Amino acid sequence: MAWERSDMDFRFTDKELAWRDEVEEFIKRELPPRWAEDSLSWPGGYGIISIFEEHLKDACRDLWRKLGKKGWLSMGWPGWPGEKYTHTKRAIYGDIMSYYGAPAGNIATGIGAGTIIMFGSEQMKKEWLPKIADGELSFWLAYSEPNAGSDLASLQTSAVEDGDDLVINGSKIWGSGAHVSDCAWMVVRTDPRATKKYQGITMLIVPNDAPGIEIRPLINICGIHSFNEVFFDNVRVSKKNIVGEMHQGWYYLMVALGFERLAVPLGGFRRTLEQLVRYTKETMRNGKPLSKDPLVRSRLADIATKIEIVGKFYWQIAWKGDRGIDSETDASIAKLVSTEISKDLAFAAMDIMSPYGQLATDSKWAPLAGRVQLGYLDCISALVGAGTNEIQRNIIAQRGLGLPRGK
Amino acid sequence: MDFRFTEEEEAFRKEVQAWLKEVIPQRWYDLGPGIWEETEESWAISRTFQKKLGQKCWLAPGYPKHYGGSEMTIGKQLVLSEELARADAPVSVDTAIAVGWVGPTIRLFGNDEQKEKYVKGVASGDMVFCLGYSETEAGSDLAALKTAAIEDGDEYVINGQKIWTSYAHYADYCWLAARTDPNAERKYDGVSMFVVDMKSPGITVRPIINLMERHSFNEVFFDNVRVPKENLVGEKNKGWYELMIALDHERSPSGGAAGFAKTLEVLVDVAKKRQIDKDPNIRQKIAQVAVAMEVSKVLGYRVAWMYSKGLHPSYEASISMMKASETLRNQAEVGAAVLGPYAQLRRESKWTVELGVIERMLLSCLSIGIGGGTNEIQRNIIAQRGLGMPRQKM
Amino acid sequence: MDLSFTEEQEILKKSAHDFLAKECPKKLVKELDESETGYSPELWKKMADLGWMGSVLPEEYGGSGGNYLDLIVLLEEMGYNILPGPFFSTMILGAIPILQAGTEAQKQAYLPVIAGGEKIFTMALTEPSGKYDAAAVTVKATPAGGGYVINGVKLFVPDAHIADYILCVARTKDGADPEDGITVFIVDGKAPGIKTTLLMTLARDKQTEVVFDNVKVGKDRILGEVDKGWAIVKDTLRKAAVAKAAELVGHSQAALEMAVSYAKERVQFGRPIGSFQAIQHYCANMLTDVDGARYITYEAAWMLAEGLDATKQAAMAKAWVGDASRRVTLLAHQIFGAVGFTMELDLHLYYRRALAGAQAFGDSDYQREIVAQAIGL
Repeated sequence: MAWERSDMDFRFTDKELAWRDEVEEFIKRELPPRWAEDSLSWPGGYGIISIFEEHLKDACRDLWRKLGKKGWLSMGWPGWPGEKYTHTKRAIYGDIMSYYGAPAGNIATGIGAGTIIMFGSEQMKKEWLPKIADGELSFWLAYSEPNAGSDLASLQTSAVEDGDDLVINGSKIWGSGAHVSDCAWMVVRTDPRATKKYQGITMLIVPNDAPGIEIRPLINICGIHSFNEVFFDNVRVSKKNIVGEMHQGWYYLMVALGFERLAVPLGGFRRTLEQLVRYTKETMRNGKPLSKDPLVRSRLADIATKIEIVGKFYWQIAWKGDRGIDSETDASIAKLVSTEISKDLAFAAMDIMSPYGQLATDSKWAPLAGRVQLGYLDCISALVGAGTNEIQRNIIAQRGLGLPRGK
Repeated sequence: MDFRFTEEEEAFRKEVQAWLKEVIPQRWYDLGPGIWEETEESWAISRTFQKKLGQKCWLAPGYPKHYGGSEMTIGKQLVLSEELARADAPVSVDTAIAVGWVGPTIRLFGNDEQKEKYVKGVASGDMVFCLGYSETEAGSDLAALKTAAIEDGDEYVINGQKIWTSYAHYADYCWLAARTDPNAERKYDGVSMFVVDMKSPGITVRPIINLMERHSFNEVFFDNVRVPKENLVGEKNKGWYELMIALDHERSPSGGAAGFAKTLEVLVDVAKKRQIDKDPNIRQKIAQVAVAMEVSKVLGYRVAWMYSKGLHPSYEASISMMKASETLRNQAEVGAAVLGPYAQLRRESKWTVELGVIERMLLSCLSIGIGGGTNEIQRNIIAQRGLGMPRQKM
Repeated sequence: MDLSFTEEQEILKKSAHDFLAKECPKKLVKELDESETGYSPELWKKMADLGWMGSVLPEEYGGSGGNYLDLIVLLEEMGYNILPGPFFSTMILGAIPILQAGTEAQKQAYLPVIAGGEKIFTMALTEPSGKYDAAAVTVKATPAGGGYVINGVKLFVPDAHIADYILCVARTKDGADPEDGITVFIVDGKAPGIKTTLLMTLARDKQTEVVFDNVKVGKDRILGEVDKGWAIVKDTLRKAAVAKAAELVGHSQAALEMAVSYAKERVQFGRPIGSFQAIQHYCANMLTDVDGARYITYEAAWMLAEGLDATKQAAMAKAWVGDASRRVTLLAHQIFGAVGFTMELDLHLYYRRALAGAQAFGDSDYQREIVAQAIGL
């Protein structure tokens, strides 16, 4: 008996498969040799990412230019000339790039460009977008302040109008990659007398070389310099650098959160799982490979299942995007689920490799080049960075389920 | 430091074990685990047993001898509690409430007549109390209760409704929290405690069938129920504080964790019978629950030890309760893993394992961590009283 | 039942707490972590002067005649403060085995110098297999010239690079039963043929690789009897597991306090984040974990101090505390948010050590298998 209607189909189309092959061939060719093998990144963590690291700065820019030439940095930019890429194609691209640990983009190509296209003036679009699309520009996110973390709307860094300029005073913290980027993508307070704290916030672009900016490194618990404290002392910036309208910054920021929907390192999870599986097959304990140990099998099966579930979220978000189905909470769910996997994966790797997982990169006995102990540390950043998981849960509960906000 | 019981306590343990063997009828065990209220027969067995406990002055062992307690030391109370749990003795929840909450409050705040009548009644096992606390709009926020008690001459007239009232259908008395001052500024003021004869006209008990398809709790309606003024316990409008103080004073150590040991045996036995006892995953799961039980046990010991030293647990009892509930849930989960498909079989089923103890546990564990103070409330207490964390402004 | 420490133990606890806070601040901890030796000789001497090394040793060997519980009191405080150095190795992996199995001559030779803080000890047990059962012992000791010659590789050996003496667990006989044929040798730490390499670890604790290349050792250096050493090792493992659990309890307590303190101070959305239910519940969960960990450790420690069979309890304690301390330190990080992800904040020191401690002397899976056996599976 055959059913007449068309059913659910989890397969990719031939075109999509061809696209995947194209991306994979390209990235394998263009990445520096041993890029993926030597990467110390842990999928989901924010503390050890190539685009934030000094010594990889040139390599990243190099790749961005190449990606820019292919038009791939501007995939999904609405109204941008050139080929149109569906959400699914972009998701495929992201998955492959993540698998190889490739720097697929930066704040400029993602949040920055998207926001400029939606809200920026024509002049801003003309001035900034081509350079971003070409891979010539990178931004760092200047959001958090010492007293404005989860409660970002209480930010204090001020920008005062002075003729054609804004004069900025204050400081930002946790700016990942500020030291290797060209400009700050920043939110400042322009109306200190606004009745509600999220009114009176303006979004703007501030070049790093503007006088008065001091970038001070912070070392994260992995021992890596990824983020910074940045001080703004009477920094002058043209009003032309304001994104959209003055005082509308919070609104743009909220909209921009949606751009993060597909920021899930699915390929990275897959790769790390593959490495773990290979490790257990190659490592003997008491005359048997670890992969035959029932506890190891059970644990890996659990992780594999979780990664599969993250994948389901990921592809569904892409599918919804292609059908114009929007969801206020997709970004939060994606972030929550994938960061929890990041942690589960690190804990599982540690337990399976016990006691070897603790060994650091310089140790000859360290499995997986000592990445596991770094991942065990870095997964913490996953749980609290880019919006803590508590905040994500609040968003899901309030916006997704309509639960009331606490007073 | 010494985790042992004293020689005297161990001798007492033997005495209790022997007595329980003698007194608990085999029929009780044939009927199956934890079903004291389910049928008339099981209820009757449990009432008989409790009266015997009362006769030995072991039902409320910490009470003064005058009221029918035995002024037992904390150590011995702990032993007694452990052995009752271990033997799965027919001690019903209503007794624990009567002994733990009702008796102590009346002892502290009741007049002589009330103490003579009710405290003795509680300690002897002759009186069955139900707890008239929760209402449809007053659960975790109990102080929001609305059942009213209005003075009228020599009596109070009670109108309102209580819910989740366990054993109201068997109870002789209701230990009722009612609002005597509807205009009190703070909801905690204006609450009074009453002993209400369940035979009073105007009381309707309506069963609520729980998700184990059993009748244990009820809705209780009060329709112009007249209660003599003598039945008000303590000071009018001060009931809430009386309750809190009595709870703080109460010193009944819980040896309930000893009851876990039996379940652990079941898990090990079944694992062997099903020949999965060599499976490392099963071993890990069972071992994990064994560890959780041990942790639960020592946390219970800590509370008992504090009582014995005259120390005042602030959050420790909450931790103990919460841990016990988590352990029970964990047990049920592991039980399901060990029994496999047999876990679903009810007691009456042909292939049932251990009289359906796991199937029952899978359902009953849902009420643990909710009744008697939800785990969320417990965690609030632990955080605020134990760690000094600030209260949320409401 | 008495769940309190003695008055002397309370005094020891408080004085250790205060001493460590003053003499081993986090600045020193970090310096020692970065250093190669991983300990401060000045601090070591002060500890010896306080009698800490002698706490568990009988008076006739220069100690103060205390018991295993006294050591646990100290170790919990050391965990709370973090004390890098070979105290654990020397006492648990050196002093106690020698005290329990040594000849009078050996006790006279080694215990007083331990009590005086003059010598550092450790035990080389684990091998590349990473397992803790008898079959995992493959380093060989072959009879030669009136003594023995040891060959093989030991791994994850704490403090071997600074040890004056290494108790090497070697196989002297192969047979049907792997537990038969193991011998413990007290080897000079710098004996010819010994090569130690520091392993770089997550916790920056000083774990080493020790290669034994034709290392000669005399018969007088055998601890206990030839071929009968496994009993000593088993006992040491059990005591080490519980001792490590005590340290982990200290780590967890510190992490909890830091998190709670921060939650009370950190204001967001116009109020301390500690007033949010989610945060409160995390803290409550942490406290539950810490208290449970503490008491199950004390129970096991007390049983060991009393000479009771603590096979089950010790395994339970280590299994539970290992997992609990990892949970607690992770939750603490969660509460700290981004600030917790910096080197500057001390919290990550506890997170790292929680992992190292959980995996030492048998991880939670290993311990649970022991529990499984103990409950009749």
